[in-house]
Amino acid sequence: MASPAVVLLVVFFVVPVALAFGLAFTNARLISRRPARVVGFDNFVQLFGDPVFWASLRNTLYFAAVVVPVQAGLALVLALLVNAKVRGRNFFRTVYFLPVVTSMVVVSLLWRFIYQPDGLLNHVIRAVSFGHWQGTDWLNNPDTAMPAIIVLSIWQAVGFHMIIWLSGLQTIPPELYEAAELDGTSTWQRFRFVTWPGLLATRTFILVTITIAALSLFTQISVMTQGGPLDRTTTMVFMAVRTGYEQQQTGYAAAVSLVFFVFVLLVSAVQRFVTREKD
Amino acid sequence: MAVDVAVRAGRPGVPRVLLQLGRIVLMLVFSLPILFMIVSSLKPDTQIFSDLTSLRAFLPVGHISLDNYRGVFERVPAAQFLLNSVMVSVVTVAVGIVVNSLAAFALSRMRWRGRRIVLAAIIATLIVPFETLALPLVWWVNKLPWLELNGFSLVLSDGWLDTYRVQILPFIANAFSIYLFYQFFSSIPTELDEAARVDGASWFGIYRRVVMPLSGPAVATVAILTFLPAWNSYLWPLMVVQSEAKRPVMVGIQYFFQLNVAWGQIMAYSAMITVPVLVLFVAFQRAFVNSIASSGVKG
Repeated sequence: MASPAVVLLVVFFVVPVALAFGLAFTNARLISRRPARVVGFDNFVQLFGDPVFWASLRNTLYFAAVVVPVQAGLALVLALLVNAKVRGRNFFRTVYFLPVVTSMVVVSLLWRFIYQPDGLLNHVIRAVSFGHWQGTDWLNNPDTAMPAIIVLSIWQAVGFHMIIWLSGLQTIPPELYEAAELDGTSTWQRFRFVTWPGLLATRTFILVTITIAALSLFTQISVMTQGGPLDRTTTMVFMAVRTGYEQQQTGYAAAVSLVFFVFVLLVSAVQRFVTREKD
Repeated sequence: MAVDVAVRAGRPGVPRVLLQLGRIVLMLVFSLPILFMIVSSLKPDTQIFSDLTSLRAFLPVGHISLDNYRGVFERVPAAQFLLNSVMVSVVTVAVGIVVNSLAAFALSRMRWRGRRIVLAAIIATLIVPFETLALPLVWWVNKLPWLELNGFSLVLSDGWLDTYRVQILPFIANAFSIYLFYQFFSSIPTELDEAARVDGASWFGIYRRVVMPLSGPAVATVAILTFLPAWNSYLWPLMVVQSEAKRPVMVGIQYFFQLNVAWGQIMAYSAMITVPVLVLFVAFQRAFVNSIASSGVKG
């Protein structure tokens, strides 16, 4: 009974992974009459000598290094805000979650308009600063393009992790809080010694899922900047798609994918090691 | 909860007001862009820009009409795109529920050699993002054969590009769905199976008449968690679908950036492919939230 699923997983998961390893050492092209030829490490030599690759590695790391802690932290703040027994908390939860069910393509388009030189954000900035600050062309300014993409990415996804934190918060027995309160602890102490240890499993899950999603950044780049300005927003996945699909160099793109794959595994392993040590 | 405790601890009302204010500001941050999209879809382009200077940007005032929506249908085959996306997502979800629950059933209920290894292998695939295999997969599906009925004879054709199946089949078997079903099935007591077996039920009978009828919440979770990515899929169809006849909604957006960029139409198209999902979300909110929450109970 498991065979349909196993066959599909083999054809669409195991084979492509194996192919990534195989094709990376060939000069295969997406559409070509000539059979692919084995070229050894040529693709990797070319890749490590390509400044765009190093830029994409840097940009991907930059994005993840900001998004992972900020999104996880903000999601926890949201979860604490809507976990309190206040009027309308269900309404707030629903609204905070709305961007999650909006597709990243639509969100990227919408924010592309917001970030335009004559878009919503600059008008708000002008109004709030009484005309003292004009804003900038957010997506075409090399210094602001990536931060702008970071903001909208967090805006879109933070509600998802709020719900995960919430389900973690609800597994903490209320008696623990009552006991802590009787001991005369402060709010911070209750957070530090009851809430935080109670969220151990949730924390690991959130860390892993945000990290993998952040390293795979593609849609926002494709819709908003196409990797520009000056390759300041090119990411590893975007580079793989550009070389493998648009330029049809499957072999080279497989090398990029393979390096990306190893990179993701490495980051996950480091993360696992660091969190294990602390806890 | 910690916050709530602080408030009850009896400090004067100021923090409570501040916290509520924070909630309201955040509500605006998350909802205003979406409201802006819907409101702007009803306005002519010139007014969208002139309204930006005031709060009118978020209000349906001035020259309100459905002209942008009409324009969308004139400019792109939007109805075809919508149909394609509905078709791809519904089939992916429906077939996915059957295939993945069957696999989970075999893994959780039946005793066979290698069961544990298969389960571990399936779970291990979860840390590999689809993006790492997307490009080799494009090359691969371009080479895959397919049996086609041509008149009365079966013909072996090759290349999966530009089809529905290339948008559906790679996403049917889903390690996460299998895992969720597996978790849920493990909570159903096996005494029920044994009772059914005594009554002469086969494995398939137990699956169909005992386990699945009790698994409503798991089915809802898997349906929601597979529908969203199917409806929102972008990277994959961008590479494997070229013709308008098979193009899904998210890729259809590209049309609006060719020639002149008409923001009113872009907002109308965006609203059209977003609002149905938002309505579904609000209607089935509890199921949505539970499914996301259960995806995190992993330990």
